[in-house]
Amino acid sequence: MGKVTPKSPLPIRIAALAICAGVGALLSRAVLAIPETESGLAPLVDANLEASGVKNAVTAVLLNFRGYDTLLEIAVLMLATIGVLSLSVTQKGTWDPIAAQADPVLSALARFLAPVMILVSGYLLWAGEHAPGGAFQAGSVVGAAGVLLALSGYARPAWISRFALRAAISVGFIVFIAVAIGEMIAGGLLLQYPADLAKTLMLLVETWLTVSIGAILVSLFIASASPAEELRMRSGGER
Amino acid sequence: MSQTDLYTLAGSTLFVIGLYGLMTRPHLLHKVLALNISSAGVFFVLVGIARRIPGTTPDPLPHAMVLTGIVVTVSSTAFALALAKRIFTETGTAALDASDVDVEEDAGG
Repeated sequence: MGKVTPKSPLPIRIAALAICAGVGALLSRAVLAIPETESGLAPLVDANLEASGVKNAVTAVLLNFRGYDTLLEIAVLMLATIGVLSLSVTQKGTWDPIAAQADPVLSALARFLAPVMILVSGYLLWAGEHAPGGAFQAGSVVGAAGVLLALSGYARPAWISRFALRAAISVGFIVFIAVAIGEMIAGGLLLQYPADLAKTLMLLVETWLTVSIGAILVSLFIASASPAEELRMRSGGER
Repeated sequence: MSQTDLYTLAGSTLFVIGLYGLMTRPHLLHKVLALNISSAGVFFVLVGIARRIPGTTPDPLPHAMVLTGIVVTVSSTAFALALAKRIFTETGTAALDASDVDVEEDAGG
């Protein structure tokens, strides 16, 4: 690692600087050209908020008006996780404690905090209906709880099998796409919620999204954090 | 210059700083960090745009886009880190050597 060239050669840096200056100038022109009088799509969102089934505009945009974005977003998350899990050479990198010797204070704190974090996550999920919150925030808190547990030396509990972890990673996407297709079968368009069921369906999707996002974030962290020296090093490859 | 201009210009600057780092830093970890700085710039611009008209409620659409963007950044960062770690495992270095752009053939050795 000691031989790393810290910087590119000077001509490359000058060329990069020129490109960046050009891109920066164009970007600045573009952002300054946005008119300050037009209000974008906010009035449209406000006008249709009543029909969306939730009272929080951001949740309405995410799950209803632009539900397609969110569907693809969870697909991206899932694919990235599949990629990360396939790249970790040791297959044990799914939920093993990262710290070999757990700090007793930290592990006691984690025991106390983890249930609180699950509770907060449930609150965020429910609050997303009318206030800032929602599946992604709730899922992040679940993920953080898992990361905290892993860092304070708790191994994957026996009741969460590897299959269960993979099922949790994919369940959000599966439920989301099942709801989307169900709406088509029921005579609507893809992700067009029937007005009377909109809130129920969105809550259903968000609940499973929370589970998935939590599992995904924990898996991403743990697969990325497993110690590199465990992996088989190819020695003598000096170039 | 309005508040929005300040935010969007700062966002563009951040994006360009990240772009420069991505192009000139050979170390993969630096590249991943540069990508993250760039995406922070994009979020800055979007959040700035959402509050373009003073006194009104912020536009929820850019906010939703930022939320989506954060998630995509997290997953791409994790994937990039996993790739970098694998490259380190296989080759013993996590940097692309800036001086041997011409000899790509035996870069694996």
